[in-house]
Amino acid sequence: MGLRVLAAMSGGVDSAVAAARIAEAGHDVTGVHLALSANPQSHRTGARGCCTIEDSRDARRAADVIGIPFYIWDMAERFQRDVIEDFVAEYAAGRTPNPCLRCNEKIKFSAVLDRALALGFDAVATGHHAKLVDGVLSRSVDQGKDQSYVLGVLTREQLSHAIFPLGGSTKAEVREEAARRGLTVADKPDSHDICFIADGDTRGFLAGRLGSAEGPIVDQSGAVVGSHQGAHGYTVGQRKGLRIDRPAPDGRPRYVLSIEPVSNTVTVGPRSALQVTSITCGRPVWNGPSASGDLTVQLRAHGEVYACRFEEVGGGLRVELDRPATGVAAGQAAVLYSGDTVIGSATIVSAA
Amino acid sequence: MLPEAIEAMTEQLRHAGNASSLHATGRRARRVVEESREAIADALGARPSEVVFTSGGTEADNLAIKGLYWSRRPRRRVLISAVEHHAALDPAHWLAGSQGAEVELLQVDAHGRVHPDTLRAAIERDPDDVAMVSVMWANNEVGTVQPVHVLAAVAHDHGIPFHTDAVQAIGQLPVSFSASGVDALTMTGHKIGGPMGAGALLLAKGLTPVSVQHGGGQERDVRSGTLDAPAIAGLAAAVTTAVKEQEALSRRLTSLRDELIRRVRDAVPDVVLNGDPDVALDGGPGVVLDGGPDLREADLPDGRQGLAPGSPGRLPGNAHFSFPGCEGDALLMLLDAKGVECSTGSACSAGVAQPSHVLLAMGADAAAARGSLRFTLGHTSTRDDIDRLIEVLPAAVERARRAGLS
Repeated sequence: MGLRVLAAMSGGVDSAVAAARIAEAGHDVTGVHLALSANPQSHRTGARGCCTIEDSRDARRAADVIGIPFYIWDMAERFQRDVIEDFVAEYAAGRTPNPCLRCNEKIKFSAVLDRALALGFDAVATGHHAKLVDGVLSRSVDQGKDQSYVLGVLTREQLSHAIFPLGGSTKAEVREEAARRGLTVADKPDSHDICFIADGDTRGFLAGRLGSAEGPIVDQSGAVVGSHQGAHGYTVGQRKGLRIDRPAPDGRPRYVLSIEPVSNTVTVGPRSALQVTSITCGRPVWNGPSASGDLTVQLRAHGEVYACRFEEVGGGLRVELDRPATGVAAGQAAVLYSGDTVIGSATIVSAA
Repeated sequence: MLPEAIEAMTEQLRHAGNASSLHATGRRARRVVEESREAIADALGARPSEVVFTSGGTEADNLAIKGLYWSRRPRRRVLISAVEHHAALDPAHWLAGSQGAEVELLQVDAHGRVHPDTLRAAIERDPDDVAMVSVMWANNEVGTVQPVHVLAAVAHDHGIPFHTDAVQAIGQLPVSFSASGVDALTMTGHKIGGPMGAGALLLAKGLTPVSVQHGGGQERDVRSGTLDAPAIAGLAAAVTTAVKEQEALSRRLTSLRDELIRRVRDAVPDVVLNGDPDVALDGGPGVVLDGGPDLREADLPDGRQGLAPGSPGRLPGNAHFSFPGCEGDALLMLLDAKGVECSTGSACSAGVAQPSHVLLAMGADAAAARGSLRFTLGHTSTRDDIDRLIEVLPAAVERARRAGLS
């Protein structure tokens, strides 16, 4: 007897193939599309946005082809509260959140999983590119599409009810399989960017929520070198769009080094000043095997990987990199790996 | 589809022919259309010339509401019940949004019924400015039957045309266009075992709504479009059969439905039955609930007096409940997985379940409206279906409650 599995179906190719694979494996699968927007757009425009009416139809069509029941769950309120408002609040506090990660943590593997378990399901399956074998999370064989980073925040308990059927396949193989299975989403473009900011203008979105207030851009000595319309429009490591009138004395490009929301100040400096080797983190989650062998840490989605050592300090974690990293932003997750296997994660608080 | 309708329709699918053409095949198709028109008129107490074929209920509602509004300009007021189907509500709201209409929703009582006094008071606020009135014959969600013939008479006191959407009523209740006194009546095929995409607006002689779609003017110059002769033949066969069998079917469904209600109440004691709790006005037994109050006496709203003689207060095949603490869509999913099919209210275009406007109009709060399910019985329903439901319902409710709290 197979498991009763709830397959979260976004309307994209990955989740459609994931659902098809578990259904084929003999599990009792029900497809669910999560409606995350209170006012869905009717059509996708390019690779941005999600939960349009078209996406929900694509998901339904895929479920019909696979031959599984399909429902739509309204998660708009939870998504608004736990993802969008959290996103805005994090920026307001001078941090750089990752909303996809928060969505996995609070929506897909919390609100949805809880409801699914209460309704008698055993597990939630998604189309994430990551391997999950006996509750142990590791990278997808497709290094370019690997999403273990945005799943690295899940607890052991959450992972014990998750199924990621795609970790052993490349994206190209998934698309090919979708076409072979007659799933019409086979050639649908990949989604990028933040789903709830349909036009991709994160700064404009934040300005709309947080208002704009002019503040200084200062260099490391504290000298004012320009002005901005709201510190929340900036992220650590950002180089473009600073619009600084006076060039740096050495003529080199300048980067955002830090954001101070209370004084509404953005500090800029040379790339060298962005380099950090010691990262302090909070909220550690240990969800994998204990650390052994060569340890690495990933500091943002699709970001570089650094060899590291770490130690638990108080309730947090200090990670020492073996070479400098740049653009390490508070609010992002540090996901720790032993080889390709996730051993845990924590939220970046500061770096030096 | 009913076998009679399938046979009538497939027979015609073998023949070409446009009923508007003058040649022999055209004449043949026209004969099929006109005989169908006569059969439908005969079954529904109308004259053949009062039958305007449409593509179904939605088109008929649009033609009646928009068309009568436009034909009665410069009058601006459209009075429509708060519990209408979207096929009637949305055209009215569109008229308000873009055609200068003033739409007023006629409020309903706790059972979902429009009282004649409510309509009278609404009209009398400014009778000369009322373009039309629309109140459905029976509600599709909670099954409540409206006193349409009294409401029509109230509208007629002021010379105002009255439309009713009778999509749910035909085949379940006795429906006579002429006896009801309404000026326009929407009906459709697929609710009575006919084909989808075929329906009609019964339109009293002398009433000329402005067309919604323009073209050849095939139907009394108010509706254009080549007639679908095979579908119309199927529609006529379905209407004829449904009306002929209505009384026997209603009797059978009422008894099954009352059993369903009683057993659901036994299985889930805190369940709330929505809509008119009763039964036939002709002194029939009604839903007398074991150990519960006899709702016939206690809760009879005045509006009941307006029902047509012999009409029950509720559609025979309808049972609609609120399950406190449950979300309707969770319950629906659990029951569906056990082979029991039922429905929640309507969904928005993205498929997200919305709290029913009907239940909200009846005074339910949003949580109760979300926790509601409709069970519809039809000519294929049997006691085994009820046994199956009762077998799986208590566990499903318990589980949905747990999920609702998580």
